[in-house]
Amino acid sequence: MKHIAIIGGGPAGIESAASLAQLGYRVSLIEKSAELGGHLSQMFTLFPDGRNAAEVLSELIAHARQKNINVMLNTEVIDAQRNLSGFTITLSNQKTVTADALLIATGFRLFNVARKEEYGYGIYKNVINSLQMEKKLRTGDLTMANGQMPKRVVFLHCVGSRDEKVGNNYCSKVCCVTAVKQAIEIKKMNPEIETFCFYMDIRMFGPYYEELYREAQEKWKVVFVRGKISEAAENIDGRLQIKAEDTLIGKPLRMQCDMLVAMAGMESTADAKFAQTLNVARGLNRFYSSTDNYLRYNNTNVEGVFTAGTCTAPMNIIDTIANARAAALSIHQYFSK
Amino acid sequence: MWGYSIAKSQSIVYDQNDRTIINYVLEQEPSLRTCMACGGCTSTCSAGNLVPFNIRRLNTLLQRGEYSQVKKEIYNCMLCGKCTIVCPRGVNIRNVVLKTREAIMNSEKSDANDTNAI
Amino acid sequence: MTQMPFDIFVLPFTLGMSLLFAYLLLKYAHWIWLLPTDDKLRILKGFFSQKSLRACGEIFMESLLHRKIFRVDKRLGFMHMSLAFGWFLLIVIGAIEAHTYAGGSAPFYFPIFFRFFVPYEADFFLSSVYVQLMDAALLLVLTGVGMAFAKRFKSNIVGMKKTTKLRRRDKAVLYSLWLIFPMRLLAESTTSGLHNSGGFLTGTLGTIMSYILPLQYMEYPLWWGYSIVLCIFFLGLPTSRYMHIPTEMVLIFFRNWGIKLRPDNPILEEVMILSCPRCGICIDRCQLNTNLNINDTQAVYFLQRIRRNEDYTAQANNCLMCGRCASVCPVGIDLNAIRNRRRLNFTPKEVVLPYDNKQQRQAKVVYFAGCMGHLTPHIKNAMVKILQASGDDFWFMDEEGGVCCGRPMKLAGQVDAARQLMDKNRATILQSGATVLVTSCPICYKVFKEEYNLNISILHHTEYIEQLLKSGKLKVTRQDMMAVYHDPCELGRGSGIYEQPRNVLSAVANLTESSNERRDSLCCGGSLANLTLPSAKKHELAKQTMQVLTANNPDLVATACPLCKRTLQRAGDTLVMDIAEVVAKAMECK
Repeated sequence: MKHIAIIGGGPAGIESAASLAQLGYRVSLIEKSAELGGHLSQMFTLFPDGRNAAEVLSELIAHARQKNINVMLNTEVIDAQRNLSGFTITLSNQKTVTADALLIATGFRLFNVARKEEYGYGIYKNVINSLQMEKKLRTGDLTMANGQMPKRVVFLHCVGSRDEKVGNNYCSKVCCVTAVKQAIEIKKMNPEIETFCFYMDIRMFGPYYEELYREAQEKWKVVFVRGKISEAAENIDGRLQIKAEDTLIGKPLRMQCDMLVAMAGMESTADAKFAQTLNVARGLNRFYSSTDNYLRYNNTNVEGVFTAGTCTAPMNIIDTIANARAAALSIHQYFSK
Repeated sequence: MWGYSIAKSQSIVYDQNDRTIINYVLEQEPSLRTCMACGGCTSTCSAGNLVPFNIRRLNTLLQRGEYSQVKKEIYNCMLCGKCTIVCPRGVNIRNVVLKTREAIMNSEKSDANDTNAI
Repeated sequence: MTQMPFDIFVLPFTLGMSLLFAYLLLKYAHWIWLLPTDDKLRILKGFFSQKSLRACGEIFMESLLHRKIFRVDKRLGFMHMSLAFGWFLLIVIGAIEAHTYAGGSAPFYFPIFFRFFVPYEADFFLSSVYVQLMDAALLLVLTGVGMAFAKRFKSNIVGMKKTTKLRRRDKAVLYSLWLIFPMRLLAESTTSGLHNSGGFLTGTLGTIMSYILPLQYMEYPLWWGYSIVLCIFFLGLPTSRYMHIPTEMVLIFFRNWGIKLRPDNPILEEVMILSCPRCGICIDRCQLNTNLNINDTQAVYFLQRIRRNEDYTAQANNCLMCGRCASVCPVGIDLNAIRNRRRLNFTPKEVVLPYDNKQQRQAKVVYFAGCMGHLTPHIKNAMVKILQASGDDFWFMDEEGGVCCGRPMKLAGQVDAARQLMDKNRATILQSGATVLVTSCPICYKVFKEEYNLNISILHHTEYIEQLLKSGKLKVTRQDMMAVYHDPCELGRGSGIYEQPRNVLSAVANLTESSNERRDSLCCGGSLANLTLPSAKKHELAKQTMQVLTANNPDLVATACPLCKRTLQRAGDTLVMDIAEVVAKAMECK
């Protein structure tokens, strides 16, 4: 029985493990944290239909509860070597694992908003990133650092995406719709809170996303302003003062708000040491690159090494799951040759 | 003069606009082409927050060949360079301002020469 | 002397030398004539003062011994010294020797061709010493010529990575210069060989040559040749790089007499441009060359373009003005100022900037964060904290944004408009009645100090914090972190502030060293002074500078400039902070 090591226990890793096991392979699913789920476990609801993220995750995990899958939690991959018979993987618990194929599903790293110093993330307590907002929604506690309810929440799109100044020229794809979703969820919890989205372009790429955008305007009174916020500062009374240009009017705009949510982009995890040892190719955006974007998306330049999910590019959950299954099938094709 | 004035068109008549100035600016500072009009420059602008000066709008007008507003406002820039530092597309906006001023100066010089010739 | 020594071969030399002297005298007179009246008065006052003596001393140290080049590289210094000082010795000792022989008066070509006219071993006071000294001086020059010759083929030999590219005309003069001394050696050796005279060099060589060569046929043509190469060199000098030799002396005198580069007078600039010897030391100092392989904009090439009336717009604009070149220029040319003067002004004189600084407030200390300070809220917040802790009555002048200090505009060549901004800010600062102006931005700092005429104390925040620490107004706890300090160009080389930031930093962290410090510090690449360098290239520079700074794996890269901070913090993984932030943090931990 061929053995496949999957690095990363997020939705991509879990779903490809399940699919590979169904196809008759033995799988080791290596996850560095104490639980499976990756970023998905920190999410509240999913767009476009508001499906509960925890439900989706528990179904994925249930699917992966198969006898051929060995889940290794709290285990980090230190290094990996390719040899004649396959791969030897060195783990953080001093053990080594050998495998016939390697599937990288290490996901993404959230852009560190502190790198955009002008937004004051890390200085002003009410400047938060999108994942912190997701936690607020999950726990149902929308209050600010001082315990009071915000009157106005501003979402800033494209933080760490489409920005040459932080070295990320690409679009992180899901932030626009995430902002719309979060704005709606806030409104659902507390219709008194005003919500604004400051955007450069609204990119509603998936089915029913555009409709969600429309719903946000129509039903939930979310206000959209076209302009990138350039600076945020705290007033004497503790409110945030933001500056942008309202580009559709052509005038600088100042606004006070209580909370600024930076829609942090996705960054690559392909700088991992094992990937460097194996020489897995990366693209200009630093994510793993495919040998063929159309026909062999999950194949890397290294024979026997495959990729799945957001370690290859920013992706939503729907695409990640589909991509994980595609990766399983690619590995199956590789062994069936 | 009432009888002679022609109502100025409310639309941008792209093909009638002279492209000498913008062509020169784009040749000298091609990074301007990558502007995606996010407005980060105008928002951070030291000048634009004090006086009429919207660099993002001026750059858009410039690219359409609409110069009257540009000629009016371009000298309000203090050249502090904040716009260039924040630009997510790496447009050297400060040099765009300088090159625009240069192109305007040159076009006025050549206009003056034409008038002298007549 | 009974009869004036003469031979027709001295004519080329005499002609060349006379024409050159006439040209130089006219040129010097013309320069002085065109200087503004107050500068003329300075010359008049300075001429018979100690300043002239000081200038002579400087000429001896720099133009002859080339002390500054020695500091850059010993081999390169030796090469220049042996050429200049050796030749100087030849002229001086030769003149003394010839005049002693002649008993006072002799035509001015006589010392040059002394050996021809006095070929035998003459017997006059110290004559045998002169012969040996002259040979020693000639050997010194020949060593220099040999090194210069080798440098043309392999610049590494004298410690240079790249040497200056030359034009054909320069080469002709260069070759004539190289030929002068071998010709002299051969001519003197031949004469010595024929008359069994000469010193350790020419005498020995002459004896050897007399065995194998028909010296009697060679002697006359060689002296002719020597005279002709001297003539070519003198005639070519005014239009070649060697014009720097007579011009540098003028520059040194002008500088010592207190003549300064001013916007309204181009004479000193012309003198500076002609003083450039094109040694090329600036080339290896320029990060555009070493890091980005841009090889046409270095000071030596920029000045060369001006001299040759070639278009220099691109070169004028493509410069970081970090001052690394000027800090090692052996002639001390004010390279940044010339670059700045040559940037074109596209803002019509009649433009009136619509700024109206309405803010008014009285305070003892005025704090000016500067435009860049607003892009780094950490710095400005830290400064507010420090100012509050100081107990001083302060006013954050540009808290809500304000008029730019004017220096970016000046750097971009728009001098009249810049002056307008300066006047606005000056009025605002003065109305406050403040005695101290503190700024976080070295760009603002430099212009406040040099062009505002405020007559109040102007401090960069590192200086201000140092005072607060010394006076005990500020209490800090040393942080357990290893910090390396990055000297901002405008603060370090630009304003000479090297120690205060280090003193402050050592009070709050463990200061470690970097390979490029103080005068040798690297530019972060973010420079506002470079008008055309694309942002990707600036980023490339920043990454390389960051690599140098973090070579010893410090916990922190500390700097004292918001622009440097912004540029460096996206160029590496190490934490980058302004000193003010570190201090503010060190105030918290008690």
